[in-house]
Amino acid sequence: MANVHPKVDAVIVGLGWCGSLMAEELTRAGLTVVAIERGPWVETAVDFPPSVDMDELRWDTRRAMLLPPAIETITFRNDPTQKALPARDWHFNEWGYNVGGSGTHWAGMAWRFLPFDFQPYSMTVERYGAAQFVDGLIVQDWGVTYDDLEPFYDRFEKIAGVSGKAGNLKGEKIPGGNIFEGARSDEYPLPPLKTTRLTDLFCEASASLGYHPFMVPAGQTSAAYTNPLGVRMGPCTYCGYCMYYGCGNWSKSTPNNCVVPVLMQRKNFSVLTESTVLRANLAPDGKTATGVTYVDKDNKTWEQPADIVVFSAFQMQNVRLMLLSKIGKPYDHATGEGVVGRAYSFQTVSGANIFFENEYLNQFIGAGALSAQIDDFNGDNFDHTGMDFIGGAGILVVSRGARPIGNADFLPPGTPRWGSEWKKAYTHSFQNGTFIFGQGTSFAHKDAYLDLDPEYKDIHGLPLLRLTYDYNENDRRSAKLIEDKSVEIGKKMGAKLVVATNATNQHASPYQLASDHTNGGAVMGLDPKTSALNRFQQSWDVHNVFVLGASSFPNNAGYNPTGTVGALTLWTAKAIIETYLDKRGPLVAN
Amino acid sequence: MNRRQILASMAALAGNASTAQAAELSGEMPWEPGQAKVPPLPDPGPDRLVFFTLAEAEAVGAMADRIIPADDLSVGGKEAGCVRFIDRELAGPYGRAATQYRLGRFVKGTPEQGIQSPLAPADRYRLGLAALDRHCRAAHGKGYAALPPAEQDKVLSAMEAGTLDLGVVDAKEMFEQILQNVREGFLADPLYGGNKDLVSWRMLGFPGAQYDFRDVIDLKGKKLDFVPVSMIDKTL
Repeated sequence: MANVHPKVDAVIVGLGWCGSLMAEELTRAGLTVVAIERGPWVETAVDFPPSVDMDELRWDTRRAMLLPPAIETITFRNDPTQKALPARDWHFNEWGYNVGGSGTHWAGMAWRFLPFDFQPYSMTVERYGAAQFVDGLIVQDWGVTYDDLEPFYDRFEKIAGVSGKAGNLKGEKIPGGNIFEGARSDEYPLPPLKTTRLTDLFCEASASLGYHPFMVPAGQTSAAYTNPLGVRMGPCTYCGYCMYYGCGNWSKSTPNNCVVPVLMQRKNFSVLTESTVLRANLAPDGKTATGVTYVDKDNKTWEQPADIVVFSAFQMQNVRLMLLSKIGKPYDHATGEGVVGRAYSFQTVSGANIFFENEYLNQFIGAGALSAQIDDFNGDNFDHTGMDFIGGAGILVVSRGARPIGNADFLPPGTPRWGSEWKKAYTHSFQNGTFIFGQGTSFAHKDAYLDLDPEYKDIHGLPLLRLTYDYNENDRRSAKLIEDKSVEIGKKMGAKLVVATNATNQHASPYQLASDHTNGGAVMGLDPKTSALNRFQQSWDVHNVFVLGASSFPNNAGYNPTGTVGALTLWTAKAIIETYLDKRGPLVAN
Repeated sequence: MNRRQILASMAALAGNASTAQAAELSGEMPWEPGQAKVPPLPDPGPDRLVFFTLAEAEAVGAMADRIIPADDLSVGGKEAGCVRFIDRELAGPYGRAATQYRLGRFVKGTPEQGIQSPLAPADRYRLGLAALDRHCRAAHGKGYAALPPAEQDKVLSAMEAGTLDLGVVDAKEMFEQILQNVREGFLADPLYGGNKDLVSWRMLGFPGAQYDFRDVIDLKGKKLDFVPVSMIDKTL
């Protein structure tokens, strides 16, 4: 018999960006909220001050801030005829394992998606016709548009303290910003970060080719900042320890820095740490959830009753929670029916490795999102007529901080990996070598999906999530274009050696760390036959369950996901507070 | 291993804040003034081995000296402290693969599915070094450490290419493990026992654990002559 906690208005599963933003909205509206977080409490001054933070072996190589595969991992295969096997070592699922979730260790690229990214189906059909879609591709509109989300992007950027420059302010195009972005209602709260030798070389070269470079919006504060919740942040010192690290300087946009300190002051909020939610529990009629069941650190099982259940774990974990809770119809690959596990997408990565001759790029100076990009070949920003694919990529260079262990294999092709020749080549490449990164769109396919593994279990004895995935023909075609453009820019930058790279030339693998952006599987949409959630990220089937995160994306854009994840959370919070609390039921008729 | 054993094993992991009390936190930031969670390090003294036998340490030292040879760029891997670094790592949670998924059947899969081996890093070294010693004695009449450098390179190359049969241990997997760990010992912060006198950071021009680059970020494309800084200077 489980131990039962007192009932609350809302229980939040996972206290990362989604969970903390939702908790802030709901507690401010007067609801009693309990968040249940799998990892421990962490604190800047204790867990990653400057005397602890700058440790590559601990945080990056050994991934000390991530959920270890020993506790939960996925199984993986490229196609349904193979047997899926567990990803046993660190791989592309960089799941958070602390208060703050993945938002504590993220790099900080704080994007808005393009208007096209939310309406890829209708915009493609209108411009090119449905023949533009390759066979088996799943392309559908999100049910929410860029214009719907704009006020929530604005709010997220202000809470997070994003540094950037507008390229489209209320319809007016502004050189130096991203002129391809959707219309913004306001400037970024902080000016862009400083530039580096690398971003300067990229901007000069791409501008001379007729493209439109800009500095990437960054979740690092370019100056001291106080956010709308009253939390103060310090200016970034460009130490270069962002991705995989906590920030020791209150300069990175994290839930820990931007939201959690406010939550902790509220009497109607509490967080249960080191406690793992196993499932949501359903009422006998299956139409509502009664709360969640979780296991604490002493292996004691508890029930937390609640009127509203919010899943805000990582994307794959949200999908797994849906399947373990039996919410929504699981996707059946054979028939194509069902929605939970359907429409999985990743990120299509190609580009170029470039090596200069006598440079001092000083890439150890940087910040997680200190980057320059062009969007001339992203989304539908260019004419795809005659190109037999949709989508593209943001093409960028990153000054995110280079460190000795992680770069030891970044060498010209054919270089020995050990011995005096390696030492000499690595010493040269450390200052002269870098890469142009095409971070591409990814569209779902009928043969790529998530379900529960029939054999392998986690430490609680529950089935692991199984990922069946490989790149599709649309990915390969878009990646080739981006590879060619990256090579063109690399040569223009004056690199002595330019080596094309393309992840889609091989089979996909969780160990090919081209990207850690995994998406979909419990997507939002307009039709309950093709989406697990309605346009408010509310389960079509169980109306008091809301699911937040990149699991809602029917496709991935040529960007990092967090800005959109944050905006969608605030959009859903508004619907809950202004509509759902008065009239408990589906927010969209099904 | 069951859940309790896995979590107990995790508890010794540096960086995993398992010392924190599971608690219902509310009403204030649970902040402990004056506390910093530095990684707990074994302190075996300067020369005491905690995992390797003397013979194993000699073989690993010889390999470290071929992977990182002494030349005009730096001292060799052995002198840089790579053996001490690896010895400490293998004696800790890394050596027993505490973070890796170890449940269920081990089935050989595709390259995309990654290593599916029941061997933890410490097992791979123990069994692999013994098998390598047998191979070297059978083929050359002496152990790896006693071979001339050119022969040592040939053995490493055969392991790297996967053409050497070491029986229970996959030679290619063992090579990748040793290469990674020797590089780590050479390149990680000296806090962990390697990178003696910041030798690799001096070689690369890496400034180390610097907190603030605001005064130099505008010196674009210039050689910056930093004296590298270790975490030791900051924490100990």
